[in-house]
Amino acid sequence: MTWDWQYTGDVLPDLLHGLRYTLIATTLGYALALVLGLVWTLLRRTPYAAVNHTVRWITEFVRSTPLIPQLYFVFFVLPAFGLTIGSLTAGVLTLGVHYSTYTAEVYRAGIADVPKGQWEACTALNLPRSRAWLDVILPQAVRRVIPTLGNYLIAMFKDSPLLLAVNVVEVLNAAYQVGSRSLRFLEPITMVGLLFVVVSVISSILVRRLERRYATH
Amino acid sequence: MSEVLDSYPQWVDGAWVTIRLTLLGGALALVLALAFGLAGTSRHAAVRALNRVYVEFFRGNATLVLLYWFFYALPLIGLRFATLFAAVLALGLNIGAYGAEVVRGSINAVPKAQHEAAIALNFTPFQRMRRVLLPQAFALMLPPFGNLLIELMKGTAIVSLVGLVDLTRVSKNVQGSTGETVAAFTVALVLYFVIAQVLQLLVRYAERRVDRMLGRGLPARPALDTAGVAGG
Amino acid sequence: MPPIEQPVEPLVNASKDAPVRRDGAPPGIRFEKVVKRFGEHTVLRELDFDVAPGERVTLIGPSGSGKTTILRLLMTLESPDGGLIWIGDRTLWHMERKGERVPANQKHLHEMRKQVGMVFQQFNLFPNMNVLRNLTEGPVRVLGLSRDEAEDRARDLLDLVGLADKITAHPSRLSGGQQQRVAIARALAMRPQVLLLDEVTSALDPELVVGVQDLLRDIARQNDLTILCVTHEMRFARDISDRVLMFDAGRIVEEGPPEQIFGEPSEQRTRDFLQAVLAT
Repeated sequence: MTWDWQYTGDVLPDLLHGLRYTLIATTLGYALALVLGLVWTLLRRTPYAAVNHTVRWITEFVRSTPLIPQLYFVFFVLPAFGLTIGSLTAGVLTLGVHYSTYTAEVYRAGIADVPKGQWEACTALNLPRSRAWLDVILPQAVRRVIPTLGNYLIAMFKDSPLLLAVNVVEVLNAAYQVGSRSLRFLEPITMVGLLFVVVSVISSILVRRLERRYATH
Repeated sequence: MSEVLDSYPQWVDGAWVTIRLTLLGGALALVLALAFGLAGTSRHAAVRALNRVYVEFFRGNATLVLLYWFFYALPLIGLRFATLFAAVLALGLNIGAYGAEVVRGSINAVPKAQHEAAIALNFTPFQRMRRVLLPQAFALMLPPFGNLLIELMKGTAIVSLVGLVDLTRVSKNVQGSTGETVAAFTVALVLYFVIAQVLQLLVRYAERRVDRMLGRGLPARPALDTAGVAGG
Repeated sequence: MPPIEQPVEPLVNASKDAPVRRDGAPPGIRFEKVVKRFGEHTVLRELDFDVAPGERVTLIGPSGSGKTTILRLLMTLESPDGGLIWIGDRTLWHMERKGERVPANQKHLHEMRKQVGMVFQQFNLFPNMNVLRNLTEGPVRVLGLSRDEAEDRARDLLDLVGLADKITAHPSRLSGGQQQRVAIARALAMRPQVLLLDEVTSALDPELVVGVQDLLRDIARQNDLTILCVTHEMRFARDISDRVLMFDAGRIVEEGPPEQIFGEPSEQRTRDFLQAVLAT
């Protein structure tokens, strides 16, 4: 069996259709991860040890268990409580929650990286705590973490094919389905592989540029 | 719940498949990481290019896409793998690419003065690497290697999609046969969590041993990012 | 072969079990129109100078004047951009091939490095080895000594530097002065004939400086070594050297015996430099 260019052209529309869902899931999941990660970080800074510990264990649990059983959990368990959701929604929720445990770590490290002298300067200037956070600490912390957050966006994009476990027809699933109709898998799956490599290489070049731009040293 | 726990032989078998895949994939990844990471520190541009191609290709790809490629696409051009072998290959190649970056970064992070002291003692380039640079770089590699091992373990769940009966597949089977949805998936997640904690303990133990071997006079650990291998 | 002078006087006084005793005189050193650039910046411009076999020479001068670069070129840590460097009757960075002088390969450099040892400002002990291993790794792996021989040699050297009780200690548990003593022993364990000392006391706490300097002075006096030393410590320079070279901007401004350079320098730039150093 050799490479068939004609067939390659024929499967392209199917792949592009799948790519749409890949992109939707990645974008929405990432937005959720960015927001929810911040929630975890802030909860861990509350003075209540119980809250702090609970959040720590929840995030540790989610971070050290695989996405696929998590997907099953969200997709099959929530309906048991009367919450019926579509497979794409389940995918977005799972990706978002899973990656929020990573973004939480990133935020935490970013805040810890802001030199102690900055806090002391705020105290010396008698800035209210909210001003210190909004005007001094967070802007510096965010600058530091932007490249790392970029890396997690790429990582999430590469994890999005896992959603096929709950039958989201993202790009790999699209390739698989079109392949199983004709029993020719080589072209569609190779195309998807190349797509991932190309997107990853380009986006890691962009991240490296961000790193240079936001380098604080 | 009790029905779910009654099927414990299945859980044990599934966990064993997950652990075996983690260990085999980890071994392959370690070998690839060292080989290609060392290639990345070579003086010859052609050897360094080899490192770049490997890292960009296998780090840039999704493990599941690799697995599907080995499992569905390659057999059509005559390359047929056993499912377990295809899975180990996909996981090892992917995590190995991240590991190669860790190895390269760690070796480059050993202070230049150490390299110079080894030249002053007239060590050959191979001896400099083997006796001075690698042992010191190893201490820097361990923590990111630990993270990668956890990511690899999580990554093994993809094999449930090509028919291997690992923990994830067992949870799906048990859910199907007992109808206990909540319990089945909860047990699977808890088992994964336990495996991850054990792996983490082993890595911490190794870190402490290496730290003691090197004393405290270590260079500060560089922030070797393992970002980008999350999930699985 | 370049006309390198014979030793002015035979260096005697090498006691019978001195650690670095050998037959024959150590090699001399000659720089011939040596050029070294770092990017746009030229550190050495066609530098010429000789060090006689067994001679002990101190290089002084403001920082950035190229003193350390000279040591690093001799240790093959930097490569020259022009000129020739001789160690004994052979060029360091060039070798003969079919009657032609071609750039040295790794094998030639390895051969040449056998004669040279270096002590660094920051000691650079290997943190992945204890003191004994630091002293035996080179002799075993490079010189091919048996482990027993290498360990005997290491013990003698540790006696010499006064650290016999630290033999199994880890470098990180030692003070700066102790680390530097181990580094000196490590360099001597390779039996070099040329010893390079690169600001060996600059990184030490003031109270540890004199001990290390006196140790090196004794080693220099009791062994037949060609020594090149870069230092800011005038007392040490006086103790250890036969001759002092004053550098500025990659050239030799003035040279002479220590008494003359420190006592009655003839050049204004030398006087300015000495004044600045003494002021600190």
